[in-house]
Amino acid sequence: MRLWIIIALAGIGTYGIRLSVLALVHHSRLPVAARSALRFVMPAVLAAIILPAVVYAGGSGDFDIGPGNERVLAALASGAVAWASKSVWATIGVGMAALWVLQWLG
Amino acid sequence: MSTLDASAQSARSEFFAGVRAQAPLLLGVAPFGMAYGAYAVKAGLPTGLAQAMSAIVFGGASQFVAVRLIANEVPGAVIVLTVLLVNARHMLYSASLAPYTDHLARRWRWLLAYLLTDEAYATAIARYRRGTAAHAHWFFFGTSIALWTTWQVATAVGVFVGAAVPDSWSLDFALPLTFIALLVGALKGRPALAAAAVAGVIATVGFRWPYGTGLLTAILAGMAAGIIAHAALGADDEEMLAP
Repeated sequence: MRLWIIIALAGIGTYGIRLSVLALVHHSRLPVAARSALRFVMPAVLAAIILPAVVYAGGSGDFDIGPGNERVLAALASGAVAWASKSVWATIGVGMAALWVLQWLG
Repeated sequence: MSTLDASAQSARSEFFAGVRAQAPLLLGVAPFGMAYGAYAVKAGLPTGLAQAMSAIVFGGASQFVAVRLIANEVPGAVIVLTVLLVNARHMLYSASLAPYTDHLARRWRWLLAYLLTDEAYATAIARYRRGTAAHAHWFFFGTSIALWTTWQVATAVGVFVGAAVPDSWSLDFALPLTFIALLVGALKGRPALAAAAVAGVIATVGFRWPYGTGLLTAILAGMAAGIIAHAALGADDEEMLAP
């Protein structure tokens, strides 16, 4: 029972965070500086999730940007494909294929 | 075709476009959900609670942290506050999407807020940046309910069967790869580039900071870098659609 209450409170609080500006406080009430900063949430969060997942070996191991970390080369290849093709499936296809081939070779 | 038919068709096509946009991310989400389910049961959580947490909290990283803290018999208040800290970045997603959803009925906003995650935010904001349309919220709903459904099913597989996908398949790499494709589309102008560079570096430095504080700090620092770069470069480097 105690654990259920803890999870319920964590869930209600998380829902409150997600509701905050979407449904509870209108975004026009935010300071102008905060609203202009929100344009940068998307590039910031994407980069902040991508980079650690690439530069730590296996996505969570030791920091490694040398040739021993297959993810660095695979990510660079997928970045080039993303740039040229604008296709998510081409990006992920090349990236996964590159990773698997490099892991198999290594 | 009547107007009503056209409207329903537009909603349906937005919904399925949202599902398709989420599909590559599901490659990584499915094994992650299974890993969560298997981990929660192994850590001693009752199966019902392990499963329910995926619907009640619905946030992968925060669920892993909660399981670890429960297993370590940490006080309940600390567990709740830690989960909220890990999920604090969702407030930024909520604020970032709000201008696009403020015309919707309340039930829509309360539904979409419940379904808001990293993956849903990334695909939904990319959709809104391409332009708004009358039924764009159906894209948001499609992309987030696809993730929600996958997360619940994957949790159940993990809880009742175990983690079925070996780590050596590296399917977790599907998430950064999909985000690379979305990021390349979002990097318009030097302020956005500055935001991404600063956020990426700080997230790397802070990767082992506790409870997602590295990620949260990185996003906030990236936003600050974007603002500073924008101010320094002036309005002639105007890069993106507002807001």
